[in-house]
Formats: sequence, C-alpha cells, structure tokens
Amino acid sequence: MEKTIAQIKADALDALKENDMAPQAIQDLVVKFLGRKGEVTQFLRNISKLPAAQRPMAGKQANALKKELSAIFDEALDVANNRAGQTEAPIDVSLPGRKKPRGTYHPITQVNQQICDIFTKMGFDIAEGPEVENDYHNFEALNIPKNHPARDMQDTFYVSDNIVLRTHTSPIQVRVMEKQPPPVRVIAPGKVYRCDSDLTHTPMFHQVEGLFVDENVSFGDLKGVLTAFVHQMFDDQTSLRFRPSFFPFTEPSAEVDILCVMCRGKGCRVCSRTGWLEVLGSGMVHPAVFENVGYDTNRYAGFAFGMGVERIAMLKYGIDDLRRFFENDLRFLNQF
Amino acid sequence: MKASLSWLKVYVDNDIHAQELADALTMVGLEVDGVIDRYAFLATVRVARVLEVKPHPNADKLTVCRVSIGTREVQVVCGAPNVKPDLVAPLALPGTVLPNGLELSCNKIRGEVSEGMLCSAAELALGDQAQNLMALDPALPIGEPLNQAMQLADPVFEIDLTPNRPDCLSIVGIAREIAAIRETELRIPDQSIEEQGERRIEALTSITIDAPSHCPRYTARLLTDVKIGPSPFWLQDKLISVGLRPINNIVDVTNFVMMETGQPLHAFDFDLLAENRIVVRTAQQGEKFTTLDGKERVLDPEMLMICDGAKPVAIGGVMGGANSEINTGTTRVLIESAYFDPVSIRKTAKKLSLGTDASHRFERGVDPDGTLKALDRAAQLMQQVSGGKIAPGAIDAHPQKITPPSIHLSITQTNRLLGTDFTQDRMAALLQSIDFKVNKNTLDELQVQPPSFRVDVTRPEDLMEEIARLSGYNNIPTTFPMIPSHGGGIELAKQVPFKALLKDLMTGLGFSEAITYSFIHKGTVDRLALPADDPRRGTLTILNPLSEDQAVMRTSLLPGLLEATQRNQAQKNMDVKLFELGKVFIVKADEELPTEIETLAGIWSGARHVDTWLNQKADCDFYDTKGSVETLIETLKINDVRFTQLPKDQCLYFKPGHAAQIMRDDTCIGLVGQIRADVIDAFQIKQNVFFYELELAGLHAQLPANLQFRTLPRFPAASRDVTLIIDQGLETQTVLNGIGKYKEALVESWSLFDVFEGEPIPSGKKSISFRIVYRSAEKTLEDEQVNDIHKRITDRLIREFDAALPA
Repeated sequence: MEKTIAQIKADALDALKENDMAPQAIQDLVVKFLGRKGEVTQFLRNISKLPAAQRPMAGKQANALKKELSAIFDEALDVANNRAGQTEAPIDVSLPGRKKPRGTYHPITQVNQQICDIFTKMGFDIAEGPEVENDYHNFEALNIPKNHPARDMQDTFYVSDNIVLRTHTSPIQVRVMEKQPPPVRVIAPGKVYRCDSDLTHTPMFHQVEGLFVDENVSFGDLKGVLTAFVHQMFDDQTSLRFRPSFFPFTEPSAEVDILCVMCRGKGCRVCSRTGWLEVLGSGMVHPAVFENVGYDTNRYAGFAFGMGVERIAMLKYGIDDLRRFFENDLRFLNQF
Repeated sequence: MKASLSWLKVYVDNDIHAQELADALTMVGLEVDGVIDRYAFLATVRVARVLEVKPHPNADKLTVCRVSIGTREVQVVCGAPNVKPDLVAPLALPGTVLPNGLELSCNKIRGEVSEGMLCSAAELALGDQAQNLMALDPALPIGEPLNQAMQLADPVFEIDLTPNRPDCLSIVGIAREIAAIRETELRIPDQSIEEQGERRIEALTSITIDAPSHCPRYTARLLTDVKIGPSPFWLQDKLISVGLRPINNIVDVTNFVMMETGQPLHAFDFDLLAENRIVVRTAQQGEKFTTLDGKERVLDPEMLMICDGAKPVAIGGVMGGANSEINTGTTRVLIESAYFDPVSIRKTAKKLSLGTDASHRFERGVDPDGTLKALDRAAQLMQQVSGGKIAPGAIDAHPQKITPPSIHLSITQTNRLLGTDFTQDRMAALLQSIDFKVNKNTLDELQVQPPSFRVDVTRPEDLMEEIARLSGYNNIPTTFPMIPSHGGGIELAKQVPFKALLKDLMTGLGFSEAITYSFIHKGTVDRLALPADDPRRGTLTILNPLSEDQAVMRTSLLPGLLEATQRNQAQKNMDVKLFELGKVFIVKADEELPTEIETLAGIWSGARHVDTWLNQKADCDFYDTKGSVETLIETLKINDVRFTQLPKDQCLYFKPGHAAQIMRDDTCIGLVGQIRADVIDAFQIKQNVFFYELELAGLHAQLPANLQFRTLPRFPAASRDVTLIIDQGLETQTVLNGIGKYKEALVESWSLFDVFEGEPIPSGKKSISFRIVYRSAEKTLEDEQVNDIHKRITDRLIREFDAALPA
C-alpha cells in the first residue's frame, strides 16, 4: 500500500487548489484519481491484498472517497466551465434570427371576421348561401318583380334568364326563413356580383347581410342594434344618422350614415364634402317578403340590414382604390 | 333629378340656406348628392366699363376696346354693334366656362390680343338678347364679379331619387316635400285655359286605343294657329336651370310641363298625322320605325306604338318619330298626355336600350289622375308662348280606370313597428302634410287615401314609412331588443368555423391569403390543358360579362392563383406563397343551379425560406409544398393520410411524375404537385410553381369526430434502424406502410431518415433507412425481445418488397 485513503484525498484536494483551473485540467484530475487507472480505482483493486480484517473498512472508505471526489470535481468543473463561458467571445445578437414569417389574412377576411364577431356576440348565427342564384331568391322573393325599376339599382350578371350571380347577400335571408321558423337572428357574409367596374366598383365584392325576426321587433330596435354595431366597429364616439331610403324588401327603409371618419364631419374628398359616409342599408322587413316565406305578418316583425365589406375596409385602413383588393399584390397583402 | 331653387320657389316659399334645405331633403329620403350654384361661373365675369373703342385694323365688323375692370385696364376684341365708351357690360375673363360650354382663353383675334370677352345676355344665359352686349346698370361697382354685383345665385339640387318616388321626378313633387318640411303651403300652378274656335276637338280628330292594357289612358288637345319660334326667356331660363336645352316654344312647353308635373307629353304636328287621327296599338313583329334621334328601331308585339291613320308616329312613352315632329312650318299641334303601363314601357326601353326622360317616368309610374291636368297646363302655356288657339274640348280616352287604394292604418301597430308613441292626430297631420286624405275611423285607426301621384303607397307599412320619415328617423327612440341566450335554431353554416381555422393554419404556414375573381376567361380551361370531357370544362357562362377575361365562372382556383403569381412576379415579388379559400362552380346537367364547391388551394413559387445570412438561398420544391399540406393535415389530426403518385393520365396541369393524390383510405381528398411547364408558360410565369388543392367538404369529413386523450407512456422506448435496398420505382410510403400492416403490437412508430441512390447502391435501386420505435405499455422491453420483433419485420419487408439488406 503506497498511499492511504487520506493521502489520496489530500492529494486530490491539493491538486484542485490551484486557481482558475481550466476545465480540461480538472478533467485530467478526474482521470488521475477516478479513472480506470486512477488512484482511487487502483486502491480499490488492491484491497484484496490487505489483511482480511481491514478489507471491509478500506472498501467502504474508498467508495466514500470516490463519491466525495466525484462531487467535488463535478462542482469544480461547473465553476470552471462557467468561467470559461464568460470569457468566450460574445455572439452578435444584432444579427437577424431565423424567422418563420406568417402569411397574412386578406383585409377583407379581417374586416369580415370583425363584423361577424360583433354580431355573433350579440346572439346572431352565421348563415351562408349559393353565389349563383335563381331569380326567385335574388329578386322575386325579395319583392323585386321582373320589370320593376328597382332592378336598375343593381346591375346584374345573368347566367340565363332565370339564373343570376347574386347581386346581394339578401337571398340568404329568404333561404334561412324558408328553412327556419321565427325567431331568426342571422348574419350572412359572402361574395356578391354586379356588372360594374371603375374606381369605386368592382364586379365582385363582399357583403354581410343581417336579419332579425321576432315578435315585437321595432324600428327603434333596428337603430339600437346598428348603433351598437357601428360603435364597436369604429368607435364609441362615432355619430350616426338614419335617413329614409328605398329597398323593395324593407319598409320603412333606412340608410345608415356615419360621421366621416376621415374629416370628422368637416367635409372631405372621401365623404364627397357631405361630412357623412353611407355604411349600411337597412329597414323593417317588408310584409311581402314574410308572405313569400309563409311567416305570419301579424305576429312577427323584423329588420334586415346589409353592408359592403370593402367599403368598411377602405375606411378602416384608408385604402383609396377598390381594385387593390383583388390584385393580390403581396406588397398590398403584407401590409395587413 | 335636377331642381333649381329659383324654379322650386315658384311653388313654395323657402327662406333657409340652400345647404340646410339640401340636408333637410336628404333626411326625408330625397338624397341630395350635391348643390351647385348655376351662376358660380359668373365669379370670373366682371362688371366692366368700356373706356375706348377703336376699329379693328384687320376686320371691318370688329372693334378693339380698352375696358376697365377697376383694378386694371384690359384690351378686348368685340363684335357687338352697341359697344361704345362708357357702356357698362359684363367682361368674361379667360378661364370662364360659359353656359354653352365654351371655355375662354386669352388669345389673339385677327392679330389683336383679346383678354376675355364682352358678353351679351344670351351668352351668359341671363336673357335672350344675343346681338348686343348686355348693358349693365352703370351704378354697379366696376370690377366686381357679376354674380355678386347682381346678387345672382341659383342653387341647383342634384337629387338621387330612389325608384319608388316617381312623384318627385317633378319640381312640384319636390316642392311638396319642401312644403311639408317647412310646414308651409304648396302653390299648385294654375291650369285654367281659354278655348277658342267653333269646332270641338272631337270633330277634328279621334283617338283609338287598340291596346288598353298597355295604354289605360290617352288624352289630347289640339292647338291651331300656332307660330313656331324660340321660347320667351323665362321659359328658356327654367329649362336651362335644370340642364335642358331650349329647342322651340312648343317642344319647350312639353319639357317644361314634364319637369313641372312629372307627366311626359308629346307634341305632334297635326298636319303630318295621316287622316288627322291617332291609333294606339302594339307593334307587329319586326316592324321598323325611325325615332327622333334618327335611328331605325326594330319592334316587337310587346311594344306600344302611337300611330296615325296610316303609319306609326311614336314609340309610346319612349320616343317620338321624325315623321311627325314639330318643325318651323307647324301650325296645328296635337298634344298627347297619356298614362302608359309601367312594365310595358320598361320592357320596351330595355329592349331598345333607349332610356329617355319620358320612359324613365312612365316606367316608374306617373300620376294616373295627372294626365288631363298636365294636358291643360301645356295647352295654356302653348297658347301663351306661341299665339295658338286651343280648340274646344279635350279627348280623354280612358279604357282602364286606376283607383288609388284606401288603406286602414292601425295606430297601435304603427307605434309598435316604429317604436314610437305618436298620437292619432300627429300621424294624421304628418300624412296630410303631403296631401294624403285621412279619416279618423276609430280611435285606433286612420283610413288613408294616398294621393294619386303616390303610386308607391299601397300598404299600411308604406304609410308607416311616411310617418317615420316626416317625423324624422333620428327622432325615433333608439332601443335594444331582448335577445335570448340560445341561438337561432337550426345549424346554418357548419363550415364557417372550419374555414376560419384553415385560414389560421395556412397563414401560420406562411401562405398569404388571396381573393381572386370568381370569373375567369373562357379560354382558361384550355390554358390549363384540361381534356375535353373534364367536368371543369363545363363552365358556367355569364351572358353579359364585363370583359372576355371575366366571362365564365371558375371551376378551379388554379387560374386565379396563377394570375396572381404572374402579376406579383411581374412586379418583382419573385417569392409568391399564396392560398385562397373560395368556391368553384361545376355545372350539373339536370340541376338548376351549379354545384358550388368550397375549395382550399395554395401556390408556392420562388424561395424556400426568407433569404438571410444564415441560410443558402434555395428554391422551394415539391417536398416543401407537400410538407405544408402534411402539416395542415397533421394539425387537423387527420391520421393515416397517404400520398400516392397521381397517374399520368390524370395529371392534367400537373407535371407527370411530380404530383400526388392525397389519399385517406380510398378517398382522394386533394392533389399536390408541380405545375406543368407549358401551363405556367401559358400564364407567362417563368419560375417553377407548386400547387395544392383540397375540397373543404372532403377535408371536413375526415376530421376526427371526437379527439381523445391517450395516457402518456410509463416505460422507455427502444428504437432500431434498418436500411433496405429496394427498387427505385417503388414508392417508399408503400414499404413504410408495410410496417403498420403487420400489426406488431409493440411497434409504436416509424420514420424515414434517409434515402440514397447511386454508388455503391446498384443502379435501378435505392436505399431507404428508417427507424422503428418499440414500446410496451407494461414494462421496459428487453433488447432481445426488440431484436426479435425487428428482425421479423425486416424479414417480412425484404420478402414482400423484394428488398435486400446493404452489403
């Protein structure tokens, strides 16, 4: 026996005393003491040479030392590694990271979603319907007979005498009422088509239609729901006004104007110097429409409304050219 | 509809500012689009004093004048006979746009500079004197704009009328609304006439109506000894104020009365009517007729013709003919004032693409009781301005009577629908203010008879609107309805939340959302190289497209996305990653409406990732695109989806061998692949394009019905790798699927980590390396047990796929 356990321990601790040991130097000490040919290992191997009586004790001590040194070296390594880390040259954190860019939602989708969210929170369901419609649902059921001047209000794309590209989302009203007895609270978003194309018209655009039918529904309720909508869509301070208008499927009918969001009513290019912007068409459902779907006009009343999504998106984002929405130019899309 | 304040004031007093009046009209439903002062152009016309008049050196009839406009002197060339020093006259400065449309500029007239123009009253539409300069009051301040100096202002309201208000296609109609707003009287013009002569009209002419349903009423008067000439200034002025051009005294009166009352009139030269009589009948198929505008029209039996004893002389309610037109030699005039069936007029005007002021009014519905009144008014004015004599009597052919409805209005129901608490008296007063006749039947009811000109009012709800609009929509209390917490009932649009989810996922995968037009060019199906029997060739054609590019409904989202790609790349946005979620339209032979299929499609062209300092620029490829689709499908928790080679004969616009069907069990839920070179060429795209398309309904059907939690494993897994050499043509997925097929209980998962071709692998072969993970739910697996199973699987794969282990 050249060295006692105590000596080995003392040597090991002594060897560790040196300051600022590099991690590699500590690793070397681990090998020197705990490695396969290390001093502790050697000691353990040599235990058999000891007198039998000493063996259990020596073995116990050697194993304890092995454990103790292992812990001490580990800690020393941690300290050393840490020190080494601090002295390593820093990375350039200003360099860009590995980005995974998201795609963007089309602004129409975003505005459409906002509109739907506001109404679904108010207790409306969402309904959809076909974009290619028959004349009955698009016109006749909505109290717009053939050869009525009201048909001039909407330039219609025809597929045949009797089939059109829907000119508004209003036919969805009819389809819902055909399927469902009152009460009804639905909004119906979707694409609509009109035969018109210039700075302020595209042949395809998006509308959201709303329908509310129940007992004791009044024009005052229409004002309340649409006021709540406008205040959530724009802001609480937005003034709005209701003004008489004409839609064949509502009576009384009302246009809803909001105070121009650009000039706050002073008059500007966007509001054609009127200070007001038309954002919604609305009205109390015409009894002829109820009659067409078999609703009891004595018992039920209702209101309907519709709005153009592009128009609201243009106001919200200050977009000045309607056609941008359908060019799908990434320089446009990526702004939203 | 244009209405000048000066004309309106003939029938109603108004003392509020024009803009305020415009707002008030808008708020009762007559939306005023704009108010334009028709004398605004006079701002650059100055009161000028002529200082000196010299002959023009190069023209006998012209003079060169020095005139003062207060602050300075200008030289103008003038041709008027009355020009002389000290004359005060209007000088239109360069930039002025005269009522006839002429814009003045500073130019030389026969070599002499003329800075503007000294004007006659006619040139300024301030009188009918055209020869002489307009002599102004010498006391007017020199240099002041003429509209200020003479206090000339005449606001013209441009009213965007809704189609239900034909009564307001007249100055009197609008004045009636103003009278109601201002709570003042409406002055209806006097229609009294003085008839002259021995022979009554019935002795001179006759009206025969052969088409009473098209023409329920036709009235006529006859004037003799008419002298055709220009109208007096007051008449011209009224027409000019609403944008009409004066023609001659007789025609001007018909236009004046139409504007005043809303009743279109027609004046015939009585002596050009064969047999001096009128026959009203429908046209014969193919009958031809030349209208006043000189165009020959081909008619059909739905169209109404006004004829004389021998030939057609007008298309009823639409346009007259040249053959009976008022001309300088006309001495006897037959005035027509009729009520034509709105639907028939509308059909005719549509078919002929001939909308006129008359047809516009007839198709919306003129006052059925206004026919005779307008006739008398016209006769009275014609007599006044042409010196003619009105033959005694009027013909009133009235085969079909139109009676206005009598409507019962419930006070309670009205208040309930409007959310108001108007009294019966208040409602009655509002209705009476616009000439509705009202009777108080009971305490809760009004019996209302709308005036004949309000053809739009037929139901109680129409009266409710009248009450609401006249009391002011903004005065109706705003309330909020009680909304029960439960939904409306039936399930309406299941796919709405699913669509929102897909959009979330696609944007998360880096695709930006595109919205393209639903209509495409008819030739697009050819550009996509679709075979003759492909259902997507059955495009729905639009009868009246705006352009050839938008003539049929799309049957695929690919063309729109290819066009968007092309447009972006032309703008140097080379890296295009777009998706669209929209409908395609497939025609079904025996169905009225096409099948509308919600489709999700995406396109990827250009870089794989954002070009940064960290990575090498690389173009996207099939596996990038497929990876997006796989991520989508995995996120939706749709398991066991396979991608198999799309058979060559089904590749269509895909590059053969570079496209996959996305299969779940035996259902194909979509396609992904590279677009063929000739297809992208046809869309002028110069980069590779990868594309995928999935039907929403198909995808939705594959969603797990009920996602269930699986307990996390308690024991460690063991994994083993294997490399097999297989035929190059064998789809790797087939081999991997084999592992699952063997249903070894302890196999947890497997994944491919390498594919290799080339040395030392023999040609025609490839090596695939994959890792199989084994795990037991009950215990930690022994190495030997795993080795056994692994060998069993490997051996079966080797046998089944004729594979080999690497040497």
